[in-house]
Amino acid sequence: MTSPSATVIVEGLTRLFDGPDGKPFRALDAVDLTVRAGTLTALVGPDGAGKTTLMRCLTGLLRPDEGSVRVLGHDALREPQAIQDRISYMPQRFGLYEDLTVQENLDLYADLHGVPQDVRRDRIGRMLDLTDMARFTARPAGKLSGGMKQKLGLACTLVRSPDLLLLDEPSVGVDPISRRDLWAILADLIAHDNLSVIVSTAYMDEAERCDDVFVLNGGRVLAQGTPAELTRQAQGLTYTATPPPGTPARFLQARLIDAPERIIDAVPRGGDVWFVRQPEAPEAELGALLGDAAWHPRSEALEDAFMLLLRQDQRTPHPAPVEAEALAPTGNSGQTDDAPEIRVRDLVRRFGDFTAVASTSFDVRRGEIFGLLGPNGAGKTTTFRMLCGLLPATSGTLEVAGHNLRTGRARARSAIGYVAQKFALYENLTVRENLEFFAGAYGLGFLETRRRVRAVMAQFELEPGLLARTLPLGYKQRLAMAAGLIHSPPILFLDEPTSGIDPLARRAFWRSITSLARAGVTVIVTTHFMEEAEYCDRIAIQDAGRMLIVGTPREVRDAAGGGGDIDMNQAFIAIVEQARAAEAQGQAAA
Amino acid sequence: MPAFRLFWRQISALIRKELMALIKDPSARVLLLAPPIMQTMLFGYAATFDIADVPYAVVDLDRSAASGELLARLDGSGLFQREATLASPSQIAPLVDRGDVLLAITIPPDFAAKLEAGQPAPLQVILDGRNSTTAGMAGAYLASIVNGFNRDNAGSGATGGVEIVRRAWFSPNLESRWNILTGMVAGLAMIQVLMVAALSVSREREQGTFDQLLVTPLTPAQILIGKAVPSILVGLMQSTLVMAINTLWFHLPFNGSLVLFYFGMLSFMTSAVGIGLAISAIALNMQQAMLYTFFVVMPLMLLSGLITPVSNMPEFLQIATYANPLRFAMDLVRRVILEGAGLSDVAWDFVPQLGVMVVTLPLAAWLFRHRLS
Repeated sequence: MTSPSATVIVEGLTRLFDGPDGKPFRALDAVDLTVRAGTLTALVGPDGAGKTTLMRCLTGLLRPDEGSVRVLGHDALREPQAIQDRISYMPQRFGLYEDLTVQENLDLYADLHGVPQDVRRDRIGRMLDLTDMARFTARPAGKLSGGMKQKLGLACTLVRSPDLLLLDEPSVGVDPISRRDLWAILADLIAHDNLSVIVSTAYMDEAERCDDVFVLNGGRVLAQGTPAELTRQAQGLTYTATPPPGTPARFLQARLIDAPERIIDAVPRGGDVWFVRQPEAPEAELGALLGDAAWHPRSEALEDAFMLLLRQDQRTPHPAPVEAEALAPTGNSGQTDDAPEIRVRDLVRRFGDFTAVASTSFDVRRGEIFGLLGPNGAGKTTTFRMLCGLLPATSGTLEVAGHNLRTGRARARSAIGYVAQKFALYENLTVRENLEFFAGAYGLGFLETRRRVRAVMAQFELEPGLLARTLPLGYKQRLAMAAGLIHSPPILFLDEPTSGIDPLARRAFWRSITSLARAGVTVIVTTHFMEEAEYCDRIAIQDAGRMLIVGTPREVRDAAGGGGDIDMNQAFIAIVEQARAAEAQGQAAA
Repeated sequence: MPAFRLFWRQISALIRKELMALIKDPSARVLLLAPPIMQTMLFGYAATFDIADVPYAVVDLDRSAASGELLARLDGSGLFQREATLASPSQIAPLVDRGDVLLAITIPPDFAAKLEAGQPAPLQVILDGRNSTTAGMAGAYLASIVNGFNRDNAGSGATGGVEIVRRAWFSPNLESRWNILTGMVAGLAMIQVLMVAALSVSREREQGTFDQLLVTPLTPAQILIGKAVPSILVGLMQSTLVMAINTLWFHLPFNGSLVLFYFGMLSFMTSAVGIGLAISAIALNMQQAMLYTFFVVMPLMLLSGLITPVSNMPEFLQIATYANPLRFAMDLVRRVILEGAGLSDVAWDFVPQLGVMVVTLPLAAWLFRHRLS
């Protein structure tokens, strides 16, 4: 086990924490792990798997309760300082000084790490080149977009040249383009600096780029190996199903994912549904489930194996499928029709002389799931806030549920439900108190409040007496959904609802969204997970305030030029880059 | 459904939520009770201008029966403590410099002779002006003792001029405490109300819940009322608490009408909440809200006449005090509690408070939606 080239050797590592109920629970439970020098290693797993705890034990910031941790030849328990002198660690929320400029942040971190003056200039110069931020050195860090902040955080982490780099979910809340840049920087560093990197991530495409992958669940290492080795576990279990024409893929996907005894996983993909069957369920049994959909085997991917491993693990909680039909707005036919629920015409928003949203028009039909995508800072949050009535438009027309947002704001607002990006309910009130407050704010009567609160609590399996603060992340998300749906709104706005939650919780979340849409609720959603765009009926991609494209996921993929072969991530990057190139050309011509 | 029922249903949900958030948080609960109790006690005992045992020195160049009697009166008053009896005025300076004595009296050699002749007999008094309040007090006490001496001498047939001294009804010893404690009824409550109101919106902004509130059909006016009512209730509770301590512990009288008192407090708290909510709507986070609150509390207190009378201030500051609801609340409270004033006596105190409300409340409501981060 102790090879001389191992950067990290962890044996029998156990770490206890006090749970919210006061009982200790094992965040890490007898973890063994070896990381080879000069490699890129991924830690993947659902929320609460122990990824962050493991990282913090490796840095020597957390003391293990049992077991040993050796990093770069030093014992983390006895010589934490020796380790900290040779590693760099970027936590999930990196501490940038928002009022300082990019350059000042870099200088400050160089000072903190005692980087000598002669080395410093070259190092900071190289970091600015790698992150492509040399143009922005005078800009305050607080004024950077989310993706740029993350790149600056990485640059600050790397102002000195460490032997081991630890990154805790560096790509949460980062758009695909910034994410690609971030990984290009890592690749460059590994190639040239002989750096070892350990990164935790919720993205399987990122794990696929790594040399080794450790799958954590419930504080234990569930599996380890190269991406290819892990992927092979799902061999022979993966298929593509094509729904009959005219049926949205998500209907089929919902049917499949609701049959956990036969199906491990199902996701919409390019108008088809990719699914993984249970190893015990014979192929012959699938026919009944799939009905008139055509299906054929496909080659397996890392995500399939990941889902297989998690579903087979006893410790994985099985969220009950959400039957959100019960939450549907009253008096809705439940059918998609052509009446636009949201009408946007020539919408413009300026902040001073900066145009955040430039002349944007689109319609959203009733019962549609409409995705708003774009890189960080593209104007999608601004558009979104205008649609919910949180931000007045500079000019243009906005109609929500037949009410003009300028003249009938209160009426338009009573027709929408809103789930914020960050958990935004009252943390020191209980589940029931939160829901009752929002029921009252929407003007529900006493009996109606009681009925609706009981309905949504049952629907989202919420405990009425628990303080919102003590809920686990996934349940906070459910409470936010329950509050957004308390008044049975015909329209639901979701702002990056799945940011920072794991693939399992994301599946459950989308399951409830698709069934709401089926019941006639119009859903507007922003997301950074491009594969989630596959759940949408139509998506819009924005960049630099302009609407680049509006269409079905397939249309967007076709416009990107890759046909059926590219995934949404690639399509998104292609579309944004085409538009940027055209813009640059236009400017050069003018 | 009638529109007003919907209107009140929405507001009452907000009020209930605000009160619940205030009461359910144990640290918030302590913060609502502990400071008024502690500060009332502290001000009641510590913030007094009354003095006792003032150290003084004397140079008696006359050594007459008259000078002896005057000094006996000083020593017997219980207010003055003779630290040194000096032979020459030149010895005074070092004592005052070192702070050993607060005042020094020089009785000139012809003191008794002038008194006999019916002429004014000047006494030289040197006061340590470094502590002007205490020195002024000591000077005033000294003057009142000298006046007593004059009066008695006049009674015994001498021709020295009798001065009339206007005395407060209540003993001078108690007066400064009464003054401050009645002021606290409005002042302490205001600090707390400003804090509660200032944090109420900024906390929601910081925690992201304000957006969630703004997407509900609640109008700015409803949010304003829903936020203001709990803060006003807190303020009324606080002033009741301070008043209860005043009457039950410090035995202050309550001479006026309770109804008028609470009506005045309601008006004052509403204008204070207006200031607090305006601060809260301007601030982007709780830290800013706290900072702004401290920034306004100081001038509000200083320009209220709590400690120094408004009539002593320069003209432009006196004009500025019209924007200070605390000044008029303090006047109202003092007059209702101590004088037993009626509505017609204090009616004008309401007008400036109303002015503050008319400006701050709509401003706060407007800022709810128009303050962008």
